[in-house]
Amino acid sequence: MRTRSLRSFISNWVVHIILSILAVIWVIPIAFVILTSLRAEGGSYKSYIFPRGYTLDNYKNLFLSTGSLDFPRWFVNTLIVSICTCVLSAFFVLCVSYVMSRLKFKARKKLMSVSLVLGMFPGFMSMIAVYYILKGFGLLDTGALKLLALIMVYSGGAGLGFYIAKGFFDTIPKSIDEAAYIDGATKWDVFWRITIPLSKSIIVYTLLTSFMGPWVDYIFARVILGADKVYYTVGIGLWSMLEKEFIEYYYTQFFAGCVVISIPIVILFLRTQKYYVEGVSGAVKG
Amino acid sequence: MGSKKQRTLEGSASDISFRSAFILGNVITKLSAIIFGLGNLLHKQIIRGLLYFSIEVAYIYYMVTFGVTSLKNLITLGTVSQVEVFNEELQIYEYITGDNSMLCLLYGVLTIFITLVFIFALTGSVKSAYDSQRRKELGKKVLTFREDIRSLKQENLHKAMLFTPMVGIISFTIIPLLFMILIAFTNYDKNHQPPGNLFDWVGLANFKALLLENSMLSNTFWPILRWTFIWAIFATFSCYILGIILAVVINREGTRFKGFWRFTFVLSIAMPQFVSLLTMRTIFNANGPMNSLLRTLGVIGMTESVPFLTDPILAKITIILVNIWIGVPFTLLTTTGILQNIPRDVYDAAKVDGANSIRIFFNITMPYILFITTPNLITTFTGNINNFNVIYLLSGGGPDSLDYYSAGKTDLLVTWLYRLTITDKDYNLGSVIGILVFIILATLSLITYRRSKSFKEEEAFQ
Repeated sequence: MRTRSLRSFISNWVVHIILSILAVIWVIPIAFVILTSLRAEGGSYKSYIFPRGYTLDNYKNLFLSTGSLDFPRWFVNTLIVSICTCVLSAFFVLCVSYVMSRLKFKARKKLMSVSLVLGMFPGFMSMIAVYYILKGFGLLDTGALKLLALIMVYSGGAGLGFYIAKGFFDTIPKSIDEAAYIDGATKWDVFWRITIPLSKSIIVYTLLTSFMGPWVDYIFARVILGADKVYYTVGIGLWSMLEKEFIEYYYTQFFAGCVVISIPIVILFLRTQKYYVEGVSGAVKG
Repeated sequence: MGSKKQRTLEGSASDISFRSAFILGNVITKLSAIIFGLGNLLHKQIIRGLLYFSIEVAYIYYMVTFGVTSLKNLITLGTVSQVEVFNEELQIYEYITGDNSMLCLLYGVLTIFITLVFIFALTGSVKSAYDSQRRKELGKKVLTFREDIRSLKQENLHKAMLFTPMVGIISFTIIPLLFMILIAFTNYDKNHQPPGNLFDWVGLANFKALLLENSMLSNTFWPILRWTFIWAIFATFSCYILGIILAVVINREGTRFKGFWRFTFVLSIAMPQFVSLLTMRTIFNANGPMNSLLRTLGVIGMTESVPFLTDPILAKITIILVNIWIGVPFTLLTTTGILQNIPRDVYDAAKVDGANSIRIFFNITMPYILFITTPNLITTFTGNINNFNVIYLLSGGGPDSLDYYSAGKTDLLVTWLYRLTITDKDYNLGSVIGILVFIILATLSLITYRRSKSFKEEEAFQ
């Protein structure tokens, strides 16, 4: 008995030491971002991690700065785009996933297969075509319209990402629906008055994931917004701080900006990771 | 209302196919294929009939004014090239606009879609006429427009709910995709840019150049394809195996502060990927913190630096290692959820039977995790083939190679696609690669997904 407890004592120590080392490795890059955002001395790459001096000026300059790199303006742009996007795409996703989960009609299997096939093309393969279509309809003529175009691009195809929400709707017992039908409810009533109130978690999840999209996208934003810096979103705006002509001055501000947009995302993520896990393992429950 | 009506309506003529509706229908129903809405109009369904009829009129108007020309242009892709003409009066060169092949292609695709909508309306008109005909024959009431609207909340709810999402998907996914697929069969590259130049159909020439001929293109394609697969295999399985081990270690009985460990590892997921990847790029820079750490430790000389992202082989290793940093927390997160769902009594029973922790892991935990995560493993693999972020942000595909056609040693097919379209404007090559990636993924998914249980037993848990 004693050798056994000694063995588990040693193995516990070993496990904790290894975990600590790994944890440090996983935290270092995050710490690097935060430390650099607080760095007092300017310039880009430094060969050391811990700054020589600390300051909050980077954050202050970020929000007070005007001129060509106008972070506050980008922030507002992104906020508008992401609010519109998240409402629209959540609407699309919920509609499609409910239909695919509950309503039986002839073309259902066919539509599911088509959506699977569409998902296999590289996402930005059609980017150029989208760009020309938007241009053809005159949606890229002024900056404000470009933001509208961006909203349409982000939410347009959202209906295809219905798998996680469908997995959720699949888990709501059908007997609830049937009870409502017996009471004379229409299918719409069941969706609107019964399923939706039961699905708060998946609605929140869908809203949040589509809200986050515009904050971290830099591919579509770059193609659609082009060189129009005033109408940039945060993702591509921060990216432009790393361009050769700006990097020496804006490097630390770039990291401050990263921290600013990361904080809400971290909070949202930690609060919603439950749904993420359920989505991944729930859709394929064995 | 509701349930009673629903029963009488289901199995009515509205479910019938176009063919049988056309064959079984009377003269009026058949004529509805030529004059849309005729059947509805004669059965006093005025609004429905007018709607069908107006679709037909609008389509004919569109085709006469614009559609026929655009279909013709789709075949030729424009014939008149832009020319420079010397203007004697003003003494300057002027451009006379020619055809724009890109717009020809785009409008052609749009016309095809409008025609599809038209055909859809045609079948709808006949089916709807037949439906009214049947109702009359059976002595039932013909549906009024008000009832049609109401049916959108009931038996036609799927149409009402799918309409807007479908419009979005068709205009922002399907039409652009079709447009790009067609470009793969043209010579729309950097030398054939509208409006200055025309481009034309070239058949399978692009595919041949990329796959068969011993040219620079195919000498780029095959190595990149090979690296894409090596990358996807390593990236998927390294994260998968290490993530499971980490989850099990954190979840084991003796480990303390379980929540703290999980939080620490999962934190990296929450950070936007472009932030963490650009940070990693800085850390592994020639003069970055990693190299200066090695210098201080005396592993390398004071002026030397390890080419983490600039040496072809080392860059690949670095990318895979960084990807472990990115990917392991995802596996940790999902596996932890699964581990906590394994019923405790299974473990207790195994312990009573005298199994040690290693046997328990291989005989209970591992099979259970594998069973649940296999479909997810497939999506991760296909996701890695298309993993744009990690490569683009970390190495940008570099180090660039002179043997390659506008690609670097660590470029994946998708990052190469991005470079070809955005930087080089070789749209035709870009879309050929897109199609090839699609073929690869479709084959993989067909082999694996069709076999997986969750596809066959989709409704097992309802």
